[in-house]
Amino acid sequence: MKLTLKIWRQSGPNDKGRMETYPIDGIEEDMSFLEMIDVLNLQLVREGKDPIAFDHDCREGICGMCSMFINGEAHGPGRGITTCQLHMRRFKDGDTIFIEPWRSGSFPVIKDLVVDRGAFDRIQAAGGFVSVNTNGNLVDGNALPIAKDHADTAFDAATCIGCGACVATCPNGSAMLFVAAKVSQLSLLPQGRPEAKQRALAMVEQMDKEGFGNCSNTGACEVECPKEISLEHIARMNREYMAAAMTKE
Amino acid sequence: MTQLDSKVPDGPLEQKWTKHKNSIRVVNPANKRRIDVIVVGTGLAGASAAASLAELGYNVKTFCFQDSPRRAHSIAAQGGINAAKNYQNDNDSTYRLFYDTIKGGDYRAREGNVYRLAEVSANIIDQCVAQGVPFARDYGGLLDNRSFGGVLVSRTFYARGQTGQQLLLGAYSALMRQVGTGKVQQFSRHEMLDVVIVDGKARGIIARDLITGRIERHGAHAVLLCTGGYGNVFFLSTNAMGSNVTAAWKAHKRGAFMANPCYTQIHPTCIPVSGDHQSKLTLMSESLRNDGRIWVPKKKEDAEAVRAGTKKGVDIPEEDRDYYLERRYPSFGNLVPRDVASRAAKERCDAGFGVNKTGEAVYLDFSSAIERYGRTEASVRKIEDPSTEEIIRLGRDVVSAKYGNLFDMYANIAGENPYERPMKIYPAVHYTMGGLWVDYNLQTTVPGLYALGEANFSDHGANRLGASALMQGLADGYFVIPYTIGDHLAADIRTGPIDTERQEFSDAERAVRERIDKLIEVQGSTPVDVFHKRLGKVMWDKCGMARNAEGLQQAIQEIRQIREEFWKDVRVTGTANAFNQELEKAGRVADFLELGELMCKDALERQESCGGHFREEYQTEDGEALRNDTDFTYAAAWEWTGDPGGSNLHKEDLDYQFVKPTQRSYK
Repeated sequence: MKLTLKIWRQSGPNDKGRMETYPIDGIEEDMSFLEMIDVLNLQLVREGKDPIAFDHDCREGICGMCSMFINGEAHGPGRGITTCQLHMRRFKDGDTIFIEPWRSGSFPVIKDLVVDRGAFDRIQAAGGFVSVNTNGNLVDGNALPIAKDHADTAFDAATCIGCGACVATCPNGSAMLFVAAKVSQLSLLPQGRPEAKQRALAMVEQMDKEGFGNCSNTGACEVECPKEISLEHIARMNREYMAAAMTKE
Repeated sequence: MTQLDSKVPDGPLEQKWTKHKNSIRVVNPANKRRIDVIVVGTGLAGASAAASLAELGYNVKTFCFQDSPRRAHSIAAQGGINAAKNYQNDNDSTYRLFYDTIKGGDYRAREGNVYRLAEVSANIIDQCVAQGVPFARDYGGLLDNRSFGGVLVSRTFYARGQTGQQLLLGAYSALMRQVGTGKVQQFSRHEMLDVVIVDGKARGIIARDLITGRIERHGAHAVLLCTGGYGNVFFLSTNAMGSNVTAAWKAHKRGAFMANPCYTQIHPTCIPVSGDHQSKLTLMSESLRNDGRIWVPKKKEDAEAVRAGTKKGVDIPEEDRDYYLERRYPSFGNLVPRDVASRAAKERCDAGFGVNKTGEAVYLDFSSAIERYGRTEASVRKIEDPSTEEIIRLGRDVVSAKYGNLFDMYANIAGENPYERPMKIYPAVHYTMGGLWVDYNLQTTVPGLYALGEANFSDHGANRLGASALMQGLADGYFVIPYTIGDHLAADIRTGPIDTERQEFSDAERAVRERIDKLIEVQGSTPVDVFHKRLGKVMWDKCGMARNAEGLQQAIQEIRQIREEFWKDVRVTGTANAFNQELEKAGRVADFLELGELMCKDALERQESCGGHFREEYQTEDGEALRNDTDFTYAAAWEWTGDPGGSNLHKEDLDYQFVKPTQRSYK
């Protein structure tokens, strides 16, 4: 396959940045999208040019590190996959492909396609946990039966990989799906109930502090989420948040 | 020769850990506030250790090279985590988990450590449940189990095919809670490039801020390396792209012995290589072997036709299929340990029965499972005389509920529907049992320097059983290090903060800067990845699933050659004081180029076959690994002497007091 790549280049946070064009040849259908970028980078390094900086690690769709906006879609065409799981068989010879970083004021660009998603860690630190210390004498894991449907729904929410596709996709740059996934997971489980109110308030407060936008129910996040996390979790978070805000001391 | 003291207490197995805990020192809560601990790596071992130590009151700094601690490669573990809960009433026990692990490790692990691992395994499940980890549950609301290779009980807890993710996110949430309280300072996009030794003790690290390129000094009273394994020395592995040996290797060069580096786990069920562009390999969870049956065609002409594309696997009739694991190992069948399953696949493919273009693939087939589940489901739903299509449809739903995400992953990568056609799989590098030598306290040969999780060598011997890596990482982090580190730190309650202006820090920092400059100054013509691929090929061909003396000797020469060319001709673009991914890779590959030689040397020295280490010269008549317990019942701990070829061997004799080593049989 012969392709034309239009890639966002930005040397650092203070650089204005621009799209640059790279023709590329010899791309095979079995290659993953990131392997195609590897091929380009190998070529650039041989020419003594600066290779494209991009985040990636596990390359099997679970670490959440890869983050490319491809042809106007977070993680490119296809549903339920990350950029690293996107294969070149989805493109055809002669295609022009546009590749940009996640764009959100809360995810500043570090270089080229690499952005800073530290805001997600700070939201997590604000309340995305059950306050339990490592304990040598806990009750048995089976002492607290959890209904299978609750456990399964909690699991669905817990599959969030924190990649930020929801933010990049949202016209408002909202992080509601990310935050809701954690709030919802823990509020569905009895272990998470005791501090459910506190958690919802603290995580939402931190989310707002980080400058993420509000949710206006466009649902784009759910469509682009590589783990297909449902909007219903946002509804659950809103319920938790409302209840917490109304009964706040 | 340094005396290697394992510090395993004597006495009965089941009392060792209790006895040890009772005899080691404890730091009082007020003094813990005066003590700093550095944790490098934030996977299961690192995150659980950091959170637990911070909860105890220590001041903790954590470092990871990824953009968030949640991305560590533990996240990719699929199948599950073992624990001796005996929830299934199938005669499981602490002893049985201990015994299975020792046997699975081909009698090359330390009894005391392994028993402790089994002992704390049940606590891990309780801890994770308390954190809100959504383990799979049955309709009664209780925790569900599945089976893994090399065992006869069902003791694996799981969260669909994403157990590692759920456990890591649990540990990460505990870690972030401590970040929130200020007890942990987290440094993302930071890479440790050296450990600093002061008066013989580990007192800090030199790290590079990967965004700015700034070299930083961090002091502490103890340093924990939780930096995972070194499978990427093979270039192609199931490890994440960034997984590397650098932290462990720098520690090795500062005096920490490297133990059993040749013990590599080749996982039997991975998606086969599709071409030269391949950057990594993807694992298909071992849990698939619960229901999938592995086979190749019985007739060579069928295999040839499949490779030529003129025949499909589904067209080969039942009687012409060779379910070689069931044939060779009737008692364990498809659930033999990983090393055995991998070698058996290689044996069939080498003999000409492989089933993809390259001839290096075997089938993993779910058709009988789909039928079996379909029948059960039809009977549950009271469907009388169900048609074949109906049975298959019902069966597919059951299989999808169990393994759906794995099937999707396969379909996406291989471009084939695994519900309709058998999957093609082949072994790939997955885990390294070798690692930094540690004693019972998880302390390396450098006082104050600890290694946890895959980074150490301690619990899996020559072969790790499935679902035991998660168990070990969390055991080390939650339940071992919080106790054992006190014994070392009790001496530091009056030490005060470590002064990073000391000469030792300046020297280490200078060495780090010089090495970075040297990498950039080569200004050769060949990209880093090219050297990495060359090294990987040598390692895979000559120090992979099967090794022999001649090949290993050649490999050593070839690695030296690649190393020499690397330092003459590598091209690292960009500068040291900026975000520079080529520079990051170059530093890691330079370390792999030294480690690779040590692995070959270790493999050459071990003149026996055991677990993942298969020396062709040492096998039984029917091709099974042939151990030599008289001469090799030891852990090989290598001491750095200045060049990778000249390392000194120290032996820790493994004294089997409770289990009698026998020829491993899964027949």
